[in-house]
Amino acid sequence: MSARVGSRLHAALPRGMPFVVPVLVLLGWQVGSNRGWIDPDVLPAPVAVAHAGWMSLRSGELLRNVEISTWRAAVGFAIGGGIGFALGLLNGLSGLAERMTDSTLQMVRNIPHLALIPLVILWFGIGEAAKIFLVALGVFFPIYVNTLHGVRSVDPHLIEMGRAYGMTRRALIRRVVLPGALPSIFVGLRYGLGITWLTLIVAETIAASSGIGYMAMNAREFMLVDVVVFAILIYAALGKLADSAVRVLERVCLAWNPTYRQQ
Amino acid sequence: MTATTETLLAPHAQRHARDLPEAVPQRPVAARLRGVEKSFGPHAVLRGIDLDIPSGQFVAIVGRSGCGKSTLLRLLAGLDTPTAGHIGIGDDDGAPGEQVRLMFQKPRLLPWARVRRNVEVGLATPNGATVRRRGSHDARAREAQAHEALARVDLAGRADDWPAVLSGGQKQRVALARALVGRPRLLALDEPLGALDALTRIGMQELIEEVWRVQRFTAVLVTHDVAEAVTLADRVLVLEDGRITADIAVELPRPRRVGDADAAQIEGRILDHLLARRSLGDEA
Repeated sequence: MSARVGSRLHAALPRGMPFVVPVLVLLGWQVGSNRGWIDPDVLPAPVAVAHAGWMSLRSGELLRNVEISTWRAAVGFAIGGGIGFALGLLNGLSGLAERMTDSTLQMVRNIPHLALIPLVILWFGIGEAAKIFLVALGVFFPIYVNTLHGVRSVDPHLIEMGRAYGMTRRALIRRVVLPGALPSIFVGLRYGLGITWLTLIVAETIAASSGIGYMAMNAREFMLVDVVVFAILIYAALGKLADSAVRVLERVCLAWNPTYRQQ
Repeated sequence: MTATTETLLAPHAQRHARDLPEAVPQRPVAARLRGVEKSFGPHAVLRGIDLDIPSGQFVAIVGRSGCGKSTLLRLLAGLDTPTAGHIGIGDDDGAPGEQVRLMFQKPRLLPWARVRRNVEVGLATPNGATVRRRGSHDARAREAQAHEALARVDLAGRADDWPAVLSGGQKQRVALARALVGRPRLLALDEPLGALDALTRIGMQELIEEVWRVQRFTAVLVTHDVAEAVTLADRVLVLEDGRITADIAVELPRPRRVGDADAAQIEGRILDHLLARRSLGDEA
Protein backbone atom coordinates (compact mmCIF):
# COMPACT_ATOMS: atom_id res chain seq x y z
CA MET A 1 0.00 0.00 0.00
CA SER A 2 1.46 3.34 -0.97
CA ALA A 3 1.13 6.94 0.15
CA ARG A 4 -1.04 6.14 3.11
CA VAL A 5 -1.99 9.09 5.20
CA GLY A 6 0.19 9.19 8.27
CA SER A 7 2.71 6.79 6.79
CA ARG A 8 5.44 8.53 8.72
CA LEU A 9 3.67 7.76 11.96
CA HIS A 10 3.17 4.23 10.71
CA ALA A 11 6.90 3.81 10.09
CA ALA A 12 7.78 5.15 13.52
CA LEU A 13 5.83 2.41 15.33
CA PRO A 14 7.69 -0.76 16.32
CA ARG A 15 7.32 -3.77 14.03
CA GLY A 16 5.48 -5.84 16.62
CA MET A 17 2.62 -3.37 16.71
CA PRO A 18 0.00 -5.59 14.99
CA PHE A 19 0.47 -8.26 17.68
CA VAL A 20 -0.15 -6.03 20.68
CA VAL A 21 -3.94 -6.40 20.66
CA PRO A 22 -4.02 -10.20 20.16
CA VAL A 23 -1.46 -10.70 22.96
CA LEU A 24 -3.48 -8.48 25.31
CA VAL A 25 -6.66 -10.45 24.51
CA LEU A 26 -4.83 -13.71 25.14
CA LEU A 27 -3.48 -12.46 28.47
CA GLY A 28 -6.89 -11.24 29.60
CA TRP A 29 -8.40 -14.58 28.60
CA GLN A 30 -5.81 -16.55 30.59
CA VAL A 31 -6.18 -14.33 33.64
CA GLY A 32 -9.98 -14.58 33.43
CA SER A 33 -9.78 -18.37 33.28
CA ASN A 34 -7.34 -18.57 36.19
CA ARG A 35 -9.56 -16.39 38.37
CA GLY A 36 -12.56 -18.55 37.51
CA TRP A 37 -14.42 -15.72 35.75
CA ILE A 38 -14.71 -17.85 32.58
CA ASP A 39 -16.36 -21.27 32.92
CA PRO A 40 -13.93 -23.86 31.35
CA ASP A 41 -16.91 -25.66 29.84
CA VAL A 42 -17.78 -22.51 27.93
CA LEU A 43 -14.28 -21.41 27.00
CA PRO A 44 -11.19 -23.28 28.25
CA ALA A 45 -8.04 -21.35 29.14
CA PRO A 46 -5.48 -20.68 26.41
CA VAL A 47 -3.06 -23.01 28.19
CA ALA A 48 -5.65 -25.82 28.04
CA VAL A 49 -6.23 -25.15 24.33
CA ALA A 50 -2.48 -25.24 23.70
CA HIS A 51 -2.27 -28.48 25.61
CA ALA A 52 -5.08 -30.02 23.54
CA GLY A 53 -3.25 -28.92 20.42
CA TRP A 54 -0.02 -30.45 21.63
CA MET A 55 -1.75 -33.73 22.39
CA SER A 56 -3.39 -33.94 18.96
CA LEU A 57 -0.08 -33.07 17.34
CA ARG A 58 1.68 -35.87 19.22
CA SER A 59 -0.97 -38.43 18.34
CA GLY A 60 -0.59 -37.48 14.67
CA GLU A 61 -4.29 -36.69 14.49
CA LEU A 62 -3.71 -32.97 13.87
CA LEU A 63 -1.31 -33.43 11.00
CA ARG A 64 -3.53 -36.02 9.33
CA ASN A 65 -6.57 -33.75 9.54
CA VAL A 66 -4.73 -30.62 8.44
CA GLU A 67 -3.35 -32.57 5.53
CA ILE A 68 -6.73 -33.82 4.34
CA SER A 69 -8.34 -30.38 4.76
CA THR A 70 -5.53 -28.65 2.90
CA TRP A 71 -5.76 -31.23 0.13
CA ARG A 72 -9.50 -30.63 -0.24
CA ALA A 73 -8.96 -26.88 -0.26
CA ALA A 74 -6.21 -27.09 -2.87
CA VAL A 75 -8.03 -29.45 -5.23
CA GLY A 76 -11.35 -27.61 -4.97
CA PHE A 77 -9.60 -24.27 -5.42
CA ALA A 78 -7.65 -25.48 -8.44
CA ILE A 79 -10.74 -26.88 -10.17
CA GLY A 80 -13.12 -24.00 -9.39
CA GLY A 81 -10.45 -21.33 -9.88
CA GLY A 82 -9.22 -22.89 -13.10
CA ILE A 83 -12.69 -23.04 -14.65
CA GLY A 84 -13.52 -19.54 -13.38
CA PHE A 85 -10.32 -18.12 -14.82
CA ALA A 86 -10.79 -19.83 -18.17
CA LEU A 87 -14.41 -18.70 -18.51
CA GLY A 88 -13.60 -15.19 -17.31
CA LEU A 89 -10.87 -14.92 -19.92
CA LEU A 90 -13.07 -16.36 -22.66
CA ASN A 91 -16.02 -14.10 -21.87
CA GLY A 92 -13.75 -11.09 -21.46
CA LEU A 93 -12.28 -11.62 -24.91
CA SER A 94 -15.31 -12.82 -26.83
CA GLY A 95 -18.54 -10.89 -26.88
CA LEU A 96 -20.35 -13.90 -28.33
CA ALA A 97 -19.26 -16.20 -25.48
CA GLU A 98 -20.26 -13.57 -22.96
CA ARG A 99 -23.72 -13.11 -24.45
CA MET A 100 -24.20 -16.87 -24.41
CA THR A 101 -23.05 -17.66 -20.88
CA ASP A 102 -22.76 -14.60 -18.67
CA SER A 103 -26.40 -14.07 -17.71
CA THR A 104 -26.78 -17.77 -16.88
CA LEU A 105 -23.68 -17.62 -14.70
CA GLN A 106 -24.92 -14.48 -12.98
CA MET A 107 -28.18 -16.26 -12.16
CA VAL A 108 -26.37 -19.26 -10.64
CA ARG A 109 -24.08 -16.88 -8.79
CA ASN A 110 -27.00 -15.57 -6.77
CA ILE A 111 -27.65 -18.98 -5.22
CA PRO A 112 -25.57 -19.29 -2.03
CA HIS A 113 -23.44 -22.33 -2.79
CA LEU A 114 -23.83 -23.64 0.76
CA ALA A 115 -27.59 -23.90 0.14
CA LEU A 116 -26.75 -26.78 -2.17
CA ILE A 117 -25.36 -28.95 0.64
CA PRO A 118 -28.45 -31.19 0.95
CA LEU A 119 -28.48 -31.72 -2.81
CA VAL A 120 -24.73 -32.30 -2.91
CA ILE A 121 -24.98 -34.93 -0.18
CA LEU A 122 -27.70 -36.65 -2.15
CA TRP A 123 -25.54 -36.59 -5.27
CA PHE A 124 -22.12 -37.40 -3.86
CA GLY A 125 -22.77 -38.81 -0.38
CA ILE A 126 -20.30 -37.58 2.18
CA GLY A 127 -17.19 -38.58 0.24
CA GLU A 128 -14.40 -36.33 -0.99
CA ALA A 129 -16.30 -35.37 -4.15
CA ALA A 130 -18.98 -33.53 -2.17
CA LYS A 131 -16.48 -31.30 -0.36
CA ILE A 132 -14.41 -30.64 -3.44
CA PHE A 133 -17.50 -29.83 -5.48
CA LEU A 134 -18.68 -27.30 -2.92
CA VAL A 135 -15.28 -25.63 -2.65
CA ALA A 136 -14.92 -25.49 -6.42
CA LEU A 137 -18.38 -23.97 -6.78
CA GLY A 138 -17.67 -21.36 -4.12
CA VAL A 139 -14.31 -20.39 -5.59
CA PHE A 140 -15.52 -20.31 -9.17
CA PHE A 141 -17.51 -17.08 -8.97
CA PRO A 142 -15.09 -14.63 -7.38
CA ILE A 143 -12.36 -15.78 -9.78
CA TYR A 144 -14.71 -15.66 -12.78
CA VAL A 145 -16.13 -12.24 -11.99
CA ASN A 146 -12.77 -10.64 -11.24
CA THR A 147 -11.01 -12.18 -14.24
CA LEU A 148 -13.81 -10.94 -16.51
CA HIS A 149 -13.64 -7.49 -14.98
CA GLY A 150 -9.84 -7.45 -15.22
CA VAL A 151 -9.81 -8.41 -18.90
CA ARG A 152 -12.52 -5.85 -19.63
CA SER A 153 -10.72 -3.01 -17.91
CA VAL A 154 -7.41 -3.38 -19.73
CA ASP A 155 -6.54 0.00 -21.24
CA PRO A 156 -7.83 -0.10 -24.85
CA HIS A 157 -5.02 2.29 -25.83
CA LEU A 158 -2.48 -0.37 -24.91
CA ILE A 159 -4.32 -2.96 -26.98
CA GLU A 160 -4.36 -0.56 -29.91
CA MET A 161 -0.65 0.05 -29.42
CA GLY A 162 -0.04 -3.72 -29.51
CA ARG A 163 -2.01 -4.01 -32.73
CA ALA A 164 -0.18 -1.06 -34.28
CA TYR A 165 3.11 -2.79 -33.45
CA GLY A 166 2.01 -5.98 -35.18
CA MET A 167 1.27 -8.21 -32.18
CA THR A 168 -0.74 -11.31 -33.03
CA ARG A 169 -3.86 -12.11 -31.02
CA ARG A 170 -1.95 -14.60 -28.90
CA ALA A 171 0.88 -12.19 -28.21
CA LEU A 172 -1.66 -9.49 -27.39
CA ILE A 173 -3.37 -11.72 -24.81
CA ARG A 174 -0.12 -12.88 -23.26
CA ARG A 175 1.71 -9.55 -23.20
CA VAL A 176 -1.08 -6.99 -22.77
CA VAL A 177 -4.40 -8.48 -21.66
CA LEU A 178 -3.25 -10.96 -19.02
CA PRO A 179 -0.74 -8.70 -17.26
CA GLY A 180 -3.29 -5.90 -17.36
CA ALA A 181 -5.96 -8.11 -15.79
CA LEU A 182 -3.62 -9.53 -13.15
CA PRO A 183 -4.32 -7.04 -10.32
CA SER A 184 -8.01 -7.78 -10.62
CA ILE A 185 -7.39 -11.54 -10.86
CA PHE A 186 -5.46 -11.35 -7.60
CA VAL A 187 -8.44 -9.73 -5.91
CA GLY A 188 -10.50 -12.72 -7.03
CA LEU A 189 -7.80 -15.08 -5.83
CA ARG A 190 -7.77 -13.68 -2.31
CA TYR A 191 -11.54 -13.53 -2.15
CA GLY A 192 -11.74 -17.10 -3.43
CA LEU A 193 -9.33 -18.30 -0.78
CA GLY A 194 -11.53 -16.88 1.95
CA ILE A 195 -14.52 -18.71 0.48
CA THR A 196 -12.48 -21.92 0.25
CA TRP A 197 -11.94 -22.10 3.99
CA LEU A 198 -15.46 -20.99 4.79
CA THR A 199 -16.91 -23.71 2.56
CA LEU A 200 -14.59 -26.32 4.00
CA ILE A 201 -15.54 -25.50 7.58
CA VAL A 202 -19.23 -25.90 6.82
CA ALA A 203 -18.83 -28.98 4.65
CA GLU A 204 -16.53 -30.76 7.07
CA THR A 205 -18.75 -29.95 10.00
CA ILE A 206 -21.88 -31.30 8.37
CA ALA A 207 -20.71 -34.24 6.35
CA ALA A 208 -17.22 -35.64 6.86
CA SER A 209 -15.26 -38.37 8.55
CA SER A 210 -11.93 -36.56 8.51
CA GLY A 211 -10.52 -33.06 8.38
CA ILE A 212 -10.32 -30.22 10.85
CA GLY A 213 -14.06 -29.59 10.80
CA TYR A 214 -14.66 -33.24 11.59
CA MET A 215 -12.09 -33.03 14.38
CA ALA A 216 -14.04 -30.16 15.94
CA MET A 217 -17.43 -31.88 15.61
CA ASN A 218 -16.06 -35.12 16.96
CA ALA A 219 -14.62 -33.30 19.99
CA ARG A 220 -17.99 -31.65 20.58
CA GLU A 221 -19.60 -35.07 20.94
CA PHE A 222 -17.22 -35.77 23.83
CA MET A 223 -17.49 -32.22 25.25
CA LEU A 224 -13.80 -31.59 24.56
CA VAL A 225 -14.21 -27.82 24.34
CA ASP A 226 -10.45 -27.24 24.27
CA VAL A 227 -10.12 -29.32 21.08
CA VAL A 228 -13.05 -27.46 19.49
CA VAL A 229 -11.41 -24.10 20.19
CA PHE A 230 -8.09 -25.42 18.94
CA ALA A 231 -9.63 -26.61 15.65
CA ILE A 232 -11.17 -23.17 15.11
CA LEU A 233 -7.77 -21.56 15.68
CA ILE A 234 -6.21 -23.94 13.12
CA TYR A 235 -8.72 -22.75 10.54
CA ALA A 236 -7.79 -19.16 11.30
CA ALA A 237 -4.09 -19.97 10.94
CA LEU A 238 -4.53 -21.83 7.64
CA GLY A 239 -6.64 -19.05 6.19
CA LYS A 240 -4.14 -16.42 7.21
CA LEU A 241 -1.27 -18.51 5.82
CA ALA A 242 -2.94 -18.88 2.44
CA ASP A 243 -3.72 -15.16 2.32
CA SER A 244 -0.13 -14.24 3.19
CA ALA A 245 1.14 -16.55 0.46
CA VAL A 246 -1.02 -14.77 -2.12
CA ARG A 247 0.15 -11.40 -0.83
CA VAL A 248 3.77 -12.43 -1.38
CA LEU A 249 2.87 -13.67 -4.85
CA GLU A 250 1.09 -10.38 -5.51
CA ARG A 251 4.14 -8.37 -4.57
CA VAL A 252 6.33 -10.43 -6.88
CA CYS A 253 3.95 -10.48 -9.86
CA LEU A 254 2.82 -6.87 -9.56
CA ALA A 255 6.21 -5.36 -8.78
CA TRP A 256 5.68 -2.98 -11.71
CA ASN A 257 2.68 -1.45 -10.00
CA PRO A 258 3.66 1.28 -7.54
CA THR A 259 0.72 0.25 -5.34
CA TYR A 260 2.32 -3.10 -4.58
CA ARG A 261 5.97 -2.16 -4.59
CA GLN A 262 7.88 -2.84 -1.42
CA GLN A 263 9.23 0.20 0.35
CA MET B 1 14.56 13.20 -12.80
CA THR B 2 12.86 16.57 -12.98
CA ALA B 3 11.86 18.29 -16.16
CA THR B 4 14.69 20.78 -15.77
CA THR B 5 17.51 18.27 -15.60
CA GLU B 6 15.91 16.44 -18.45
CA THR B 7 16.05 19.50 -20.62
CA LEU B 8 19.66 20.07 -19.61
CA LEU B 9 20.36 16.55 -20.81
CA ALA B 10 18.83 17.13 -24.20
CA PRO B 11 22.06 18.37 -25.86
CA HIS B 12 23.72 15.15 -24.68
CA ALA B 13 20.98 13.25 -26.40
CA GLN B 14 21.91 14.94 -29.63
CA ARG B 15 25.57 14.20 -29.21
CA HIS B 16 24.81 10.59 -28.44
CA ALA B 17 22.66 10.26 -31.50
CA ARG B 18 25.48 11.58 -33.65
CA ASP B 19 28.16 9.42 -32.03
CA LEU B 20 26.26 6.18 -32.53
CA PRO B 21 27.14 4.08 -35.56
CA GLU B 22 24.55 4.37 -38.28
CA ALA B 23 23.63 0.72 -38.31
CA VAL B 24 22.04 -0.50 -41.56
CA PRO B 25 20.62 2.73 -42.97
CA GLN B 26 16.98 2.17 -43.88
CA ARG B 27 15.64 3.52 -47.12
CA PRO B 28 12.74 5.91 -46.45
CA VAL B 29 9.51 5.37 -48.38
CA ALA B 30 7.09 7.65 -50.17
CA ALA B 31 3.36 7.74 -49.44
CA ARG B 32 0.62 8.34 -51.99
CA LEU B 33 -2.98 9.22 -51.12
CA ARG B 34 -5.69 9.40 -53.78
CA GLY B 35 -9.22 10.57 -53.06
CA VAL B 36 -9.05 9.38 -49.47
CA GLU B 37 -12.29 9.78 -47.54
CA LYS B 38 -13.21 8.65 -44.06
CA SER B 39 -16.61 8.78 -42.40
CA PHE B 40 -17.74 7.59 -39.01
CA GLY B 41 -21.41 6.88 -39.56
CA PRO B 42 -23.01 9.94 -41.16
CA HIS B 43 -20.13 12.15 -40.00
CA ALA B 44 -17.55 12.76 -42.72
CA VAL B 45 -14.11 13.43 -41.23
CA LEU B 46 -11.96 13.37 -44.35
CA ARG B 47 -13.47 14.59 -47.63
CA GLY B 48 -11.12 13.68 -50.42
CA ILE B 49 -7.40 13.91 -49.65
CA ASP B 50 -4.93 13.82 -52.54
CA LEU B 51 -1.39 13.90 -51.28
CA ASP B 52 2.08 12.81 -52.33
CA ILE B 53 4.76 12.61 -49.69
CA PRO B 54 8.20 12.05 -51.27
CA SER B 55 10.45 9.60 -49.47
CA GLY B 56 12.53 11.12 -46.69
CA GLN B 57 10.44 14.27 -46.40
CA PHE B 58 9.42 15.65 -43.00
CA VAL B 59 5.78 16.68 -43.32
CA ALA B 60 3.77 18.40 -40.61
CA ILE B 61 0.00 18.47 -40.61
CA VAL B 62 -1.60 21.28 -38.62
CA GLY B 63 -5.19 22.18 -38.00
CA ARG B 64 -7.76 22.74 -35.27
CA SER B 65 -8.95 19.87 -33.17
CA GLY B 66 -11.53 17.84 -34.98
CA CYS B 67 -10.23 18.74 -38.43
CA GLY B 68 -9.37 15.11 -39.13
CA LYS B 69 -5.60 15.26 -38.81
CA SER B 70 -5.33 12.37 -36.37
CA THR B 71 -7.71 10.32 -38.51
CA LEU B 72 -5.50 10.95 -41.52
CA LEU B 73 -2.48 9.74 -39.57
CA ARG B 74 -4.25 6.60 -38.38
CA LEU B 75 -5.14 5.77 -41.97
CA LEU B 76 -1.54 6.31 -42.99
CA ALA B 77 -0.38 3.98 -40.20
CA GLY B 78 -2.88 1.33 -41.18
CA LEU B 79 -4.82 1.47 -37.90
CA ASP B 80 -7.99 2.31 -39.81
CA THR B 81 -9.09 1.75 -43.39
CA PRO B 82 -10.41 4.61 -45.55
CA THR B 83 -14.10 4.69 -46.47
CA ALA B 84 -13.11 5.56 -50.02
CA GLY B 85 -9.89 6.20 -51.92
CA HIS B 86 -6.48 4.57 -51.84
CA ILE B 87 -3.38 4.83 -49.67
CA GLY B 88 -0.15 3.39 -50.99
CA ILE B 89 3.20 3.20 -49.27
CA GLY B 90 6.51 2.80 -51.11
CA ASP B 91 7.36 1.82 -54.67
CA ASP B 92 4.87 -1.04 -54.76
CA ASP B 93 2.11 1.28 -53.52
CA GLY B 94 1.23 -1.32 -50.85
CA ALA B 95 -0.34 -1.39 -47.41
CA PRO B 96 1.44 0.25 -44.44
CA GLY B 97 2.45 -2.90 -42.51
CA GLU B 98 5.74 -3.20 -40.64
CA GLN B 99 7.48 -0.39 -42.52
CA VAL B 100 5.26 2.26 -40.90
CA ARG B 101 5.38 3.00 -37.19
CA LEU B 102 3.06 5.25 -35.21
CA MET B 103 4.03 7.27 -32.18
CA PHE B 104 1.03 8.18 -30.06
CA GLN B 105 0.22 11.31 -28.11
CA LYS B 106 0.54 9.36 -24.85
CA PRO B 107 3.55 7.08 -24.40
CA ARG B 108 1.35 3.93 -24.11
CA LEU B 109 4.12 1.90 -22.49
CA LEU B 110 3.26 -1.46 -20.97
CA PRO B 111 3.50 -0.68 -17.25
CA TRP B 112 4.31 -4.32 -16.43
CA ALA B 113 7.32 -4.49 -18.72
CA ARG B 114 10.75 -2.99 -17.99
CA VAL B 115 11.85 -0.14 -20.23
CA ARG B 116 14.00 -2.46 -22.36
CA ARG B 117 11.16 -4.93 -22.91
CA ASN B 118 8.90 -2.04 -23.89
CA VAL B 119 11.38 -0.99 -26.54
CA GLU B 120 11.58 -4.58 -27.78
CA VAL B 121 7.85 -4.40 -28.54
CA GLY B 122 8.89 -2.32 -31.56
CA LEU B 123 11.00 -5.12 -33.00
CA ALA B 124 9.26 -7.20 -35.62
CA THR B 125 9.07 -10.90 -34.86
CA PRO B 126 8.29 -13.66 -37.35
CA ASN B 127 5.03 -14.62 -35.65
CA GLY B 128 4.44 -11.59 -33.47
CA ALA B 129 5.28 -13.52 -30.34
CA THR B 130 8.09 -12.72 -27.96
CA VAL B 131 11.38 -14.51 -27.89
CA ARG B 132 11.08 -16.94 -25.03
CA ARG B 133 14.57 -18.36 -24.78
CA ARG B 134 16.48 -15.91 -22.63
CA GLY B 135 20.13 -15.63 -23.55
CA SER B 136 19.62 -17.15 -27.00
CA HIS B 137 21.38 -15.53 -29.91
CA ASP B 138 18.14 -13.97 -31.12
CA ALA B 139 17.22 -12.62 -27.68
CA ARG B 140 20.67 -11.08 -27.26
CA ALA B 141 20.44 -9.43 -30.66
CA ARG B 142 17.09 -7.92 -29.72
CA GLU B 143 18.47 -6.73 -26.43
CA ALA B 144 21.38 -5.06 -28.20
CA GLN B 145 19.01 -3.31 -30.62
CA ALA B 146 16.85 -2.10 -27.75
CA HIS B 147 19.90 -0.77 -25.93
CA GLU B 148 21.05 1.07 -29.03
CA ALA B 149 17.61 2.66 -29.47
CA LEU B 150 17.58 3.67 -25.81
CA ALA B 151 21.05 5.18 -26.15
CA ARG B 152 19.78 7.21 -29.09
CA VAL B 153 17.17 8.84 -26.87
CA ASP B 154 19.72 9.15 -24.04
CA LEU B 155 18.06 6.63 -21.72
CA ALA B 156 20.67 3.87 -21.89
CA GLY B 157 20.92 3.75 -18.11
CA ARG B 158 17.19 3.25 -17.56
CA ALA B 159 16.77 -0.04 -19.45
CA ASP B 160 15.88 -2.04 -16.34
CA ASP B 161 13.52 0.50 -14.77
CA TRP B 162 9.76 0.20 -14.61
CA PRO B 163 7.95 2.84 -16.71
CA ALA B 164 6.17 4.07 -13.57
CA VAL B 165 9.35 5.66 -12.20
CA LEU B 166 10.04 7.72 -15.34
CA SER B 167 8.94 11.31 -15.91
CA GLY B 168 6.49 12.19 -18.66
CA GLY B 169 9.27 13.30 -21.01
CA GLN B 170 11.32 10.17 -20.35
CA LYS B 171 8.34 7.94 -21.03
CA GLN B 172 7.76 9.66 -24.35
CA ARG B 173 11.46 9.16 -25.18
CA VAL B 174 11.03 5.43 -24.47
CA ALA B 175 8.03 5.47 -26.81
CA LEU B 176 10.24 7.15 -29.43
CA ALA B 177 12.89 4.45 -28.94
CA ARG B 178 10.19 1.80 -29.34
CA ALA B 179 9.06 3.42 -32.59
CA LEU B 180 12.63 3.73 -33.90
CA VAL B 181 14.02 0.33 -32.91
CA GLY B 182 12.21 -1.47 -35.73
CA ARG B 183 13.84 0.91 -38.24
CA PRO B 184 10.58 2.23 -39.72
CA ARG B 185 10.69 3.61 -43.24
CA LEU B 186 7.87 5.99 -42.39
CA LEU B 187 7.26 7.33 -38.91
CA ALA B 188 3.84 8.80 -38.13
CA LEU B 189 3.80 11.06 -35.07
CA ASP B 190 0.42 11.90 -33.53
CA GLU B 191 1.02 15.02 -31.42
CA PRO B 192 3.71 13.14 -29.51
CA LEU B 193 4.79 16.26 -27.64
CA GLY B 194 1.37 17.67 -26.84
CA ALA B 195 1.37 16.51 -23.23
CA LEU B 196 4.89 17.69 -22.38
CA ASP B 197 5.90 20.94 -20.71
CA ALA B 198 7.43 23.65 -22.91
CA LEU B 199 11.10 23.03 -22.06
CA THR B 200 10.91 19.26 -22.35
CA ARG B 201 9.13 19.76 -25.64
CA ILE B 202 11.98 21.76 -27.16
CA GLY B 203 14.42 19.03 -26.13
CA MET B 204 12.19 16.39 -27.72
CA GLN B 205 11.84 18.41 -30.93
CA GLU B 206 15.62 18.54 -31.26
CA LEU B 207 15.81 14.82 -30.56
CA ILE B 208 13.21 13.96 -33.19
CA GLU B 209 14.93 16.11 -35.81
CA GLU B 210 18.24 14.50 -34.95
CA VAL B 211 17.05 10.89 -35.24
CA TRP B 212 15.22 11.77 -38.44
CA ARG B 213 18.50 13.05 -39.92
CA VAL B 214 20.54 10.09 -38.69
CA GLN B 215 18.11 7.26 -39.28
CA ARG B 216 16.54 8.46 -42.55
CA PHE B 217 12.81 7.85 -42.57
CA THR B 218 9.83 9.70 -43.94
CA ALA B 219 8.22 11.62 -41.08
CA VAL B 220 4.60 12.72 -40.84
CA LEU B 221 3.93 14.82 -37.77
CA VAL B 222 0.46 15.84 -36.66
CA THR B 223 0.48 18.82 -34.33
CA HIS B 224 -1.66 21.72 -33.24
CA ASP B 225 1.47 23.76 -32.54
CA VAL B 226 2.29 25.75 -35.69
CA ALA B 227 5.71 26.82 -34.31
CA GLU B 228 6.60 23.17 -33.78
CA ALA B 229 5.54 22.31 -37.32
CA VAL B 230 7.68 25.09 -38.80
CA THR B 231 10.68 24.16 -36.64
CA LEU B 232 10.65 20.52 -37.68
CA ALA B 233 9.09 20.12 -41.09
CA ASP B 234 10.16 20.54 -44.72
CA ARG B 235 6.55 21.11 -45.58
CA VAL B 236 3.48 22.12 -43.60
CA LEU B 237 -0.01 21.03 -44.61
CA VAL B 238 -3.06 22.82 -43.22
CA LEU B 239 -6.07 20.58 -42.79
CA GLU B 240 -9.50 22.15 -42.44
CA ASP B 241 -12.86 20.38 -42.44
CA GLY B 242 -11.35 17.22 -43.84
CA ARG B 243 -9.52 18.92 -46.73
CA ILE B 244 -5.99 20.14 -47.28
CA THR B 245 -6.33 23.92 -47.67
CA ALA B 246 -2.69 24.96 -47.70
CA ASP B 247 0.61 23.32 -48.61
CA ILE B 248 3.56 25.44 -47.47
CA ALA B 249 7.20 24.59 -48.10
CA VAL B 250 9.60 25.47 -45.27
CA GLU B 251 12.99 25.95 -46.87
CA LEU B 252 15.06 26.97 -43.85
CA PRO B 253 18.52 25.61 -43.01
CA ARG B 254 18.77 22.98 -40.26
CA PRO B 255 19.17 22.70 -37.36
CA ARG B 256 16.61 25.45 -36.78
CA ARG B 257 16.45 27.54 -33.69
CA VAL B 258 13.17 28.19 -31.94
CA GLY B 259 12.29 31.87 -32.35
CA ASP B 260 14.15 32.32 -35.64
CA ALA B 261 12.82 35.34 -37.59
CA ASP B 262 12.26 33.54 -40.93
CA ALA B 263 10.51 30.72 -39.14
CA ALA B 264 8.37 33.22 -37.26
CA GLN B 265 7.34 34.78 -40.58
CA ILE B 266 6.23 31.43 -42.03
CA GLU B 267 4.48 30.62 -38.78
CA GLY B 268 2.63 33.94 -39.00
CA ARG B 269 1.47 33.13 -42.54
CA ILE B 270 0.08 29.76 -41.48
CA LEU B 271 -1.65 31.24 -38.46
CA ASP B 272 -3.14 34.02 -40.61
CA HIS B 273 -4.43 31.38 -42.97
CA LEU B 274 -6.01 29.39 -40.13
CA LEU B 275 -7.52 32.44 -38.41
CA ALA B 276 -8.66 34.25 -41.58
CA ARG B 277 -10.66 31.22 -42.59
CA ARG B 278 -12.33 31.20 -39.24
CA SER B 279 -13.40 34.87 -39.31
CA LEU B 280 -14.72 34.43 -42.88
CA GLY B 281 -16.66 31.45 -41.69
CA ASP B 282 -18.06 33.37 -38.76
CA GLU B 283 -19.34 36.17 -40.98
CA ALA B 284 -20.96 33.82 -43.45
